Amino acid sequence: MKFDPFIIPFNIGLYFILIYVVTRSVIWFRDLSKPDKLRLQRGFFGIAFGLSLKEIFMESLIHRKILKTNFRLGYMHMSLAFGWFLLILFGTIEADIFSAKHLNAPYKAIFFRFFNPNHGRTSFESAYGFLMDLILAFILSGLFLAVAKRIYSKIVGMKKTTRLKIIDKIALTSLWLIFPSRLLAESFTCGAYGTGSFLTGSLGAWLATFLPAQQMAYPFWWLYSISLGTFFILLPITRYMHIPTELFLIFMRNSGIKTGDQAGTYSEVQTYSCSSCGICLDSCQLNFSAGITNIQSAYLMKAIRNNNDVSEIAHNCLMCGRCDQKCPVGIELSQIRMIQRRGDETENDFRNIYKGYFRSRQTNISEKTNGSSNYNFLQETDHGKADILYFAGCMSHLTPAIKNSMIKILDASEVKYNFIDEQGGVCCGRPLMLAGQDKEARELINFNSQMIWKSGAHTLVTSCPICYKVFKESYYLDVEVLHHTQFIKRLIDDGSVKMNFLHKKVVYHSPCDLGRGSGVYDEPKEVLGYVSRLERSNFEDGNSLCCGGSLANMKISSTDKKKIALDAANELTKNNPDILATACPLCKKTFSSVTATRVADISEIVAEALVGKSIKINNGSHINSIKALANI
Amino acid sequence: MSKHVVVIGGGVAGLEVAGQLSRAGIEVSLIEKESKTGGHLNNWHRLFPDRRNSIEVKEYLDGMTHNQRIILLTNTTIERFNRNKGHFSITTNEGRELTADAVIVATGFDLFKSARKEEYGYGIYDNVITSADLEEMFRTGKITLANGSVPDTIGIVHCVGSRDEKVGNFYCSKLCCVTAVKQAVELREYLPESKVFCFYMDMRMGGAFYEELYREAQEKWGVSFIRGKVSEASETIENKLLIKVEDTLAGRPLKMKLDMLVLMAGMEMSEGGEKIAGLGGLNTGENRFFAAADNHFGSNKSNIEGVFFAGTCTAPMNITETISHARAAVVEVIDYLKDGK
Repeated sequence: MKFDPFIIPFNIGLYFILIYVVTRSVIWFRDLSKPDKLRLQRGFFGIAFGLSLKEIFMESLIHRKILKTNFRLGYMHMSLAFGWFLLILFGTIEADIFSAKHLNAPYKAIFFRFFNPNHGRTSFESAYGFLMDLILAFILSGLFLAVAKRIYSKIVGMKKTTRLKIIDKIALTSLWLIFPSRLLAESFTCGAYGTGSFLTGSLGAWLATFLPAQQMAYPFWWLYSISLGTFFILLPITRYMHIPTELFLIFMRNSGIKTGDQAGTYSEVQTYSCSSCGICLDSCQLNFSAGITNIQSAYLMKAIRNNNDVSEIAHNCLMCGRCDQKCPVGIELSQIRMIQRRGDETENDFRNIYKGYFRSRQTNISEKTNGSSNYNFLQETDHGKADILYFAGCMSHLTPAIKNSMIKILDASEVKYNFIDEQGGVCCGRPLMLAGQDKEARELINFNSQMIWKSGAHTLVTSCPICYKVFKESYYLDVEVLHHTQFIKRLIDDGSVKMNFLHKKVVYHSPCDLGRGSGVYDEPKEVLGYVSRLERSNFEDGNSLCCGGSLANMKISSTDKKKIALDAANELTKNNPDILATACPLCKKTFSSVTATRVADISEIVAEALVGKSIKINNGSHINSIKALANI
Repeated sequence: MSKHVVVIGGGVAGLEVAGQLSRAGIEVSLIEKESKTGGHLNNWHRLFPDRRNSIEVKEYLDGMTHNQRIILLTNTTIERFNRNKGHFSITTNEGRELTADAVIVATGFDLFKSARKEEYGYGIYDNVITSADLEEMFRTGKITLANGSVPDTIGIVHCVGSRDEKVGNFYCSKLCCVTAVKQAVELREYLPESKVFCFYMDMRMGGAFYEELYREAQEKWGVSFIRGKVSEASETIENKLLIKVEDTLAGRPLKMKLDMLVLMAGMEMSEGGEKIAGLGGLNTGENRFFAAADNHFGSNKSNIEGVFFAGTCTAPMNITETISHARAAVVEVIDYLKDGK
């Protein structure tokens, strides 16, 4: 037998998806910036290609990261992806070995059993049949978990599973039908011919005892073909687009392409690579503390793909970055969210054409009324020259214990420094950036940059992780930017400050913008370990919680913020520490109002432990100028 | 057989309730966590609006409770609270078991802990004090800065911990405005050379003779009222307090140097009250105060039959209102006990 009409749906689907993916890749490549095109070309002939193949195997097929976070969920993904891959691979080999001709059309492999019903009589053939049955059984076990997950998500160890749109449901059903229909089609055929291995053979033999196997097989071959065809045709407009897209993502990432500030090919590829696995839902504090269940990253990705209005979702987020850490695909979720926030004002507007199969990008340049500055009223101040600048930040001015402690530490260390925002400074710009107002933020950044540049300083110390992040990332300065915990660590290391050991039990809360946001995890803990009894918590480093006070969320109510703060504080104070230590004025403020445990910034604890002359705090600049004179 | 009622809290409400119940022939156990009764009244010097000495009110309440039908248990807290067939069994920290036919909760309020508004520097800067600290100074008659000198310019911040989303208190504590006016007048009386500034969001003078006092403060005593919330305070080299505030009527930001800053701490559900709510399963509202069964005709009733509320454990109230509310609670209790329960 060479041909049968039932293969037509499959063939249509297969050739459609192949043409679609090629077209889409060409469009994506065309939209890349010139440097990114070069990166991709270099990556293709370089080590990035090999790395990508390895990563595709480990992540797209084996799903190593999901397996690590959640074994059952990982197994589900692995059995479907890796199993299907093996089935195609070994199916193609089977068709190649056992057919008269080599290089067969794909349908010959997929429907091998239909065209070779007598296959499996020799021992080698039956051994191969056993392997094929084993792979099918592997897939079916994963499918069983997938169906169970839809009905009851806790089965795979998840609290929440993603909600689907209608078209996703149709695609899901066709995906679910593929393997059971293959099983039944093969079983009936095997039953009729007395062939097949442990799965198809036994099931077929049993079915043949009370059903006309020969007649029953044909409709199931049709169903198998139709399921495959439907799945392929719907794939581009459903979340299953992640299957081909993730391959591009991995390759682009390994080639060194970055997300950037604007929407583009890479952010779109990332958006389509989201499989809606739902791991981000369980990591989100808005979900598990405040019961807000419709704004998580998986939903944001979906809303972007569907061209829905995303501004509500994009702004209802603490930007704590917990989901970034957990995403098994490695999508830069927070950065994509930031692009959407910026997009409120200007930038790219994607238009859906051809019912979702293709999108065209339209760039709307929003008309800025006039080019004049919003911040003309800011007055320049001259602080004179200094090696080290201390910038407390607005939030530290609202938590004066922190800035006073820093002055105490700076004075004790006898370094030459200048407290540049002692009389109140200009905002670092990050709150505006988080609101998507980059242009306005840039004005503040330029203003502060000039002031810093004029001072001739080589080091800028700040007490606020929010300022720290923006100084590091968005200021183009020739100074070293340090958070005060890093600075204190240095003072300890070079012996500039002497401290007593405080016999106090301390637990450390890593602030989002300092830890996940800027990668500063160790110095704060090292400083605390040096002066106190630092205890571990269940939420350390990348897994640390958000205090709930984040500036980034402009949608959430204060009641919900409080719920998040309360949950986080309760978790951290489980073992009754004497002090809940943090390194951010905003975290300090947020936690202080929800816990009876003393909340203190690391600088306060260090100031408390300082040995030696106790200098009256609050007169930093005075003492400092005397010191500066003495040094001359 | 005479009935027995346990009253939790020996402040203004609790004392009034206990006195009125005993007059009606009911046995009362009055539980007070401190060593003496009177609650916040003990910390206040003079009362608005007529500035009578708080001792007079205390004397009245003590007179009410000098009664052999009242057993006073001071230094006592409640560890267990159970309801069983219409009776209540209460276990105190000293292991004493009390059985009651009804319970009146009069756990009052706590002053907002001003250190939580760290931007005002309470506990950090020496010359930032609270309204309660100032009353203490009035009582001793010595209004001085930390270094012993007399303050020249004094700022009063309204709404500290009230109407403030950031600390989770949406509600108005209702008494701080008039307390600020009263204290401003008193400051001017004690220190005729001083200048006093009040920083307010709204002046809520909704009580008998409040408005008159407000007018007197402006016309007679020259107190300046500036509409705007203080955003932060810091200390200058010469040990003065530098505050930032927006004058919302003039529409401009303002920086001002002061010698002393007085924070009008708001009222919050007391810690003791929260404990009782947990032990007894009593409903609390979004403002964390006890939730009355009905806002109009059941403000003394709780969600549990036989448990009643009196005074500021349900909402901020002044002393006049507290005493009225306490008497209303007594009516409810007598009514409840009469039904043969």
